[in-house]
Amino acid sequence: MIDRHIGFVHALRESGLPVSLAEGLDAADALRHLDLSVRENLREAYAATLVKRPQHREGFDVLFDLWFPATTQGPPKHHDGDPREELAELLRGDPNTPEFRAFAQAMVERFGQVQAGPGRQSWFSYPVMRALSPQTLIARLLGERGGLPEKIARQRIATNIAAFEAEVATDVRRRIAEEQGRERITRSAVKPPIDRRDFLRVTKAELAELRREVHPLARRLATRLSMKHRKGDRGRLDFRRTVRASLQSGGVPLTTHLRPKRPHKPELVVITDASDSVASFAQFTLLLTFALREQFTKVRAFAFVDTVDEITGYFAPGADVLDAITRMTGEADITRFGRTDYGQVLTRFEERYASALTPKTSLLILGDARSNYQPPNTETLKRLTEKTRHAYWLNPEPRNQWDTGDSVASGYAAVIPMHECRNVHQLATFIEEIA
Amino acid sequence: MTWFASPSEAATRLGQTGYLSDDSIATSVFLAGVLEKPLLAEGPAGVGKTQLAKAIAEATGADLIRLQCYEGLDEARALYEWNYKKQLLRIQAEDDAWDDIFSEEFLLERPLLKAIRAERPTVLLIDETDKADVEVEGLLLEILSDFQITIPELGTITAGRKPFVVLTSNATRELSEALKRRCLYLHLDYPTPERERDIVRAQVPGIAETLAEQLARTAATLRALELKKSPSIAETVDWAHTLLALGREILDEQTVAETLGVVLKHRSDQQRAAKELGLR
Ligand SMILES: Nc1ncnc2c1ncn2[C@@H]1O[C@H](COP(=O)(O)OP(=O)(O)OP(=O)(O)O)[C@@H](O)[C@H]1O
Ligand SMILES: [Mg+2]
Repeated sequence: MIDRHIGFVHALRESGLPVSLAEGLDAADALRHLDLSVRENLREAYAATLVKRPQHREGFDVLFDLWFPATTQGPPKHHDGDPREELAELLRGDPNTPEFRAFAQAMVERFGQVQAGPGRQSWFSYPVMRALSPQTLIARLLGERGGLPEKIARQRIATNIAAFEAEVATDVRRRIAEEQGRERITRSAVKPPIDRRDFLRVTKAELAELRREVHPLARRLATRLSMKHRKGDRGRLDFRRTVRASLQSGGVPLTTHLRPKRPHKPELVVITDASDSVASFAQFTLLLTFALREQFTKVRAFAFVDTVDEITGYFAPGADVLDAITRMTGEADITRFGRTDYGQVLTRFEERYASALTPKTSLLILGDARSNYQPPNTETLKRLTEKTRHAYWLNPEPRNQWDTGDSVASGYAAVIPMHECRNVHQLATFIEEIA
Repeated sequence: MTWFASPSEAATRLGQTGYLSDDSIATSVFLAGVLEKPLLAEGPAGVGKTQLAKAIAEATGADLIRLQCYEGLDEARALYEWNYKKQLLRIQAEDDAWDDIFSEEFLLERPLLKAIRAERPTVLLIDETDKADVEVEGLLLEILSDFQITIPELGTITAGRKPFVVLTSNATRELSEALKRRCLYLHLDYPTPERERDIVRAQVPGIAETLAEQLARTAATLRALELKKSPSIAETVDWAHTLLALGREILDEQTVAETLGVVLKHRSDQQRAAKELGLR
C-alpha cells in the first residue's frame, strides 16, 4: 500500500496537480482511519486531501482508476442476448449502479480488442462504441415526442450515454495498464485540466465548459480593479475607532482613524479581436465582456476584424448572451475585407471613440496581434493608452510565437503591458496580479 | 471527541437530520472529524454548503457558532474587541480604573474567540469566506493552525477542545493556497437527478415520488441550458413547496410555464428556458 500511495502521489504531481509534501502526509494519515476495502471512500479521502480545485478532479479520477482499479465483481454475467437491447435497457435507468459498470466492462472485453500493429493487440474505446452505437438507440428510447417530456428524456439519455462512454474508457485504460504498465498509459490518459487548455485549441464541448468559468472570473476582475482604486484613498472620520484609540491616551484623541472610502466601481473599455484566427478565444472574451457589464458601472465594448464597431448595445443587461453573440457577428460593422488589420482598427478607434477613454478608464485589449503584415500604428496605441488609468493587452498565443510571421506583439508590448493569456489559469493569474 | 465513527456512520447520522450525503460528503466530513482539520466546502450558490455545517452540528449535538464573512470584516468583528463604551463609563466613574478596564468584563467575544473558548463540542461555521478581504485569510490561518490566540492584556487562550470547522466559499475569488493546503476540500456541486430526487423527498415531506423525480429531471434539463444562474438545490426544494401549496401533482408544461419564476430569477433565463423547452 505504501508503494502504491507513493506512486500515485508521484503520478498526480507528474500530471500537473500541485500536491505539497504536507498534503501527501495528510492523505497517508487519512488512510489510517479508513477501511481501505471500500474503494469509493479511498477515492474521496485522496480527493479531500489532495485535490483542492474542481478543475483538477477529472484528471485525478483517471489516475485513481489506474492506481486503484475496480475489481470486477463476482462471476461474469453472461450477456448472450443482443447487447444493444441490454444497453437500451440500462440507458433508461440509473447509471450509478454496479450492473451499469459491469456491462461496460463486458462490452470492452467483447469488442474492445483490436489489432494495433503487426502481431500486436491493444484495447480501444471506439470499436466498442461502434458495435453498440448508442446514439442510434436514442430515437426508440425517447418515447413521448415533443415539448418538455422529450427535452427531459433527451437530457437523461445523453447523460447516461456519456456515463457509459466514460465507463468504457476507464475500463480500456485499466486493461492497457494491466498489459503494458501504468506509467505508459498515465502520460497519454490525462488531459490538462480545463483551466490549462489553450483557448485557441479548445473543442466545442470544452468551450461550453469554459463558459462556466466566465462569471466567477468577471467578478474577480471587477473586485481587483476596484481594490486598486481603493488603496491609498482616505475617507471620512471613523468616530468609533478614533474614540476607542483615544482610550489609550486618557481620552484625548491623538490619532484619528478614517473610514476606508466606499469602493467605487471603475469604468472599463474592452476592445476584442473577433476574427476567425482567434474565434474560440473571441467567444470566451465576449462572454467575459458580457459578464463584466454586470460588475462595472460603465462598460463599453468594441469588437474588430479590420474595422471596429461598438458592441455594447448587443450586450444590454438581461440580454441572452449566446443570442447576443450571434446577432453581433451578423450585424456589427467589424469586417470590411475579412483580414485582421490592427493598425487600421487603432486608427478608426481613435477617430471615432477616443472620447470613451478617460483617466478613470481601465482599457483591456484582447487579441493575438497578428496583423497580416499591415502597418501596426504603434504610436496610435501609445496615445490611446496614455489617456487611461490602466491599460492591459491579453494575448492568447504562446509567448514563443509572438513576433513570428505577421505577429507584431512586442512592438505593441513596448507601449502597453502585454500578458500571455492562453488559458483560464493564466487569465486568473493576470487578475490576481493586477491588484 | 470522536465526531463520527466512519464515513457510513456520518452518512447515516447526517441523513437523520434530513441532509443527504454522498461518498464525498460522508468521507470528507468523517475525515475532518478524525484528523481535526477544517473542512472547506466550495461550490455554487444553494447546493447545501451552509446547511452541511448545520447538519453536522445537529447530528452530533454540538453547538453551532457562525462567522458570516463580508467585505470589510475585521479582527474586531471576527475575534474580539474591547467594549469601549463600558470602559469609558468606568473611567468616568472611578479615577483609578485603568487596570481593570482590560479584563474579562469588558471583552466582547466574537465568533472565533467564542469557538476557541467553547466548553461544549462546537461546530464553527465560517460562512462565505470568499467574501472577506484577503487579509482575513491570514487571521484564519493563524487561528486554524493552533486554535490559540494571544490577547495582550489577558494572555494566551488555547482551545480546550478543537471545534469542528467548516469554511464555505462560492469561489467568487480563489482562496489562498496556504489556506487551502490547511483544509480538507469538498467540492459541492449540483447533484445527480437521482440524488436530487431524494433530497427533495427528504426536505419536502408529503411530496409524491413521481413529482420529486420530475422536478429533479426538469432541474437537470434546465442546468444543461447554460443559463446565467442555474437553479440550485435550494430552488428545486422551493419549487417542490410551491407545487405542493398549489396542489399540483404532476409537472406538465403548463405548470412549468406558470411556476418557472420560482427557479429562474433572471428574466433572460426565463425567456431562454421557455424558448428551449418549447413552453408557451
Ligand atoms: N444534501 C442536501 N440534503 C438536504 N437538503 C439539501 C442538501 N443540499 C442542499 N439542500 C437544501 O438546499 C438548501 C440551501 O442550502 P444552503 O443554504 O446550505 O446552500 P449554500 O450552498 O450555503 O448556498 P449559498 O452559497 O447561497 O450560501 C438547504 O436549506 C436545503 O433545503
Ligand atoms: Mg450558504
